[in-house]
Amino acid sequence: MKTDIAFGQYCEGDSILHRLDPRAKILLAVLYIVVIFMAKSATAFGLLLLFSIGLVLVSGIPVRIVLNSMKPLTFIIVFTAIINIFWMTGDTLLFQLGFVKVYLEGIINALLLVLRIMLLLICTSMFLTYTTTPISLTDGLEQLLSPLKKLHVPVHEFSMMMTIALRFIPTLIEETEKIMNAQKARGADFSQGSIVRRAKALIPILVPLFVSAFRRADELATAMECRCYTGGEGRTRMNVLKYKGSDLLAIGAVVLLGAAVVLLNLYLPGYSLTL
Amino acid sequence: MSEVIRVENLCYSYPEDEGTPAVPALKDVSFSIEEGSFTAILGHNGSGKSTLAKVLCMICQPDSGKLFLHGKEMTAEDITDADIMKARREIGMVFQNPDNQIVATVVEEDVAFGCENLGIPSDEIRRRVDEALEIVGMTRYARHQPHKLSGGQKQRIAVAGTIAMKRKVIIFDESTAMLDPLGRKEVMDTIIRLNREDGITVLMITHYMNEAALADRIIVMNRGEILKDGSPNQVFGEPESMWEAGLDVPQTTELLYRCRQMGYNVPLDVFDTDECARIIAQAVLNQEGRD
Repeated sequence: MKTDIAFGQYCEGDSILHRLDPRAKILLAVLYIVVIFMAKSATAFGLLLLFSIGLVLVSGIPVRIVLNSMKPLTFIIVFTAIINIFWMTGDTLLFQLGFVKVYLEGIINALLLVLRIMLLLICTSMFLTYTTTPISLTDGLEQLLSPLKKLHVPVHEFSMMMTIALRFIPTLIEETEKIMNAQKARGADFSQGSIVRRAKALIPILVPLFVSAFRRADELATAMECRCYTGGEGRTRMNVLKYKGSDLLAIGAVVLLGAAVVLLNLYLPGYSLTL
Repeated sequence: MSEVIRVENLCYSYPEDEGTPAVPALKDVSFSIEEGSFTAILGHNGSGKSTLAKVLCMICQPDSGKLFLHGKEMTAEDITDADIMKARREIGMVFQNPDNQIVATVVEEDVAFGCENLGIPSDEIRRRVDEALEIVGMTRYARHQPHKLSGGQKQRIAVAGTIAMKRKVIIFDESTAMLDPLGRKEVMDTIIRLNREDGITVLMITHYMNEAALADRIIVMNRGEILKDGSPNQVFGEPESMWEAGLDVPQTTELLYRCRQMGYNVPLDVFDTDECARIIAQAVLNQEGRD
């Protein structure tokens, strides 16, 4: 169904990764990002690569989908590689083309940096976007950030806004389609002409969409008020998040991985990343 | 039986807007609602019936007149926001557009929303939500996403959210107006069951005559005033005055009325199609027997 696209890149599944507590997954993602940035030696990167491949296999998400998700980053990856290969100086000169000198260090650096970008992407998508529904992600964030409420940060309000936005995305998509069809029936043309023309053709869609969104918001506010909503104060939740043994185990595993990376950096520093 | 709602001489005008003068929506409206009753409020567009619902839910403050909920005057000078919140715990409202009253992305989360606002402990919410979904017959859809449900199902979710809060009075503001006939029947069946089996006081605003005929009592609104107030028999028993006010009567009543004008001796207060057909057949047979 078309309305499903809006719900992020979440892949339905029932793996260990899917079942982890969303708060634990947010922590895991942050920890794993730190570990990735700590890695310097080729051996450490190798370990992380193995671990990430393991994650993908455990999650049960098709490898094809994971690889496809990297397509938008092709430009950044290629750009990083070129910069590092041609501009990096080092001790071992491999070959020279006119004024361009290519060093072994440059190539190693390029490879490791590209690997780092890919690992970052895999880890955030494995822990967060692919295995966690946007709504439990919002819930997790609200509870993780709840200490900030003491500093008058409107944590609950933000998460409520996120929830409502997620709830209304499919409704608004449906509405957009209806309005587009209505305008097409009156002879509007959205597919021809220059970009400016096409952008202009969108105005008769956006105006009614905005008007209706405001009307919906007004009605929703009334409905929420009728259901005794008064903000986050004194509110309870039906589904309270509880850390399970597997959450602690997963966090422990990533901490150990970090330790291993530090040790590999120190004792097997061959082909290290130089900055 | 005790009184849950009483309004006395209620007046309300929509404030004037640029160019348009203030519109009086309610003029001197008085009535009271008994606990456990099923009342329909009938009227065409602009008759003030939705405004009345908003005043009863304390979304709109009346210009003058008094509103009593469970004997407590909600229009008194010293009423605080806390009092209004407390009163709202008792009165639920189900709106017209099923999409614009669902907050969460999972059915059961939405049913729980009201209870969560009241600060009820988690396991108690769980119990109430399961019970409420059972009552409206939506247990199977507990983990579904609301936008994939039909209109009738969405309205039943909204009803479940209200009963999970243990409210004893539910106001339906044209809750069936945007539904297809099937969805309308689903919601009407739920409303009737809630009233008959769970003793919930129902106030149903509608412009469908057939739905109104199912109530114990009908209040007909016209231009902000109460035109008629009585049982369906009394209200539809005089179709002429309904037609004068630009309102319809159920099709069965209209048919029986015409039969009566043709000289058949038939009652007017039959709202069931099959029953109506039987009565007309009987009347025709009797007439032939006499000729």
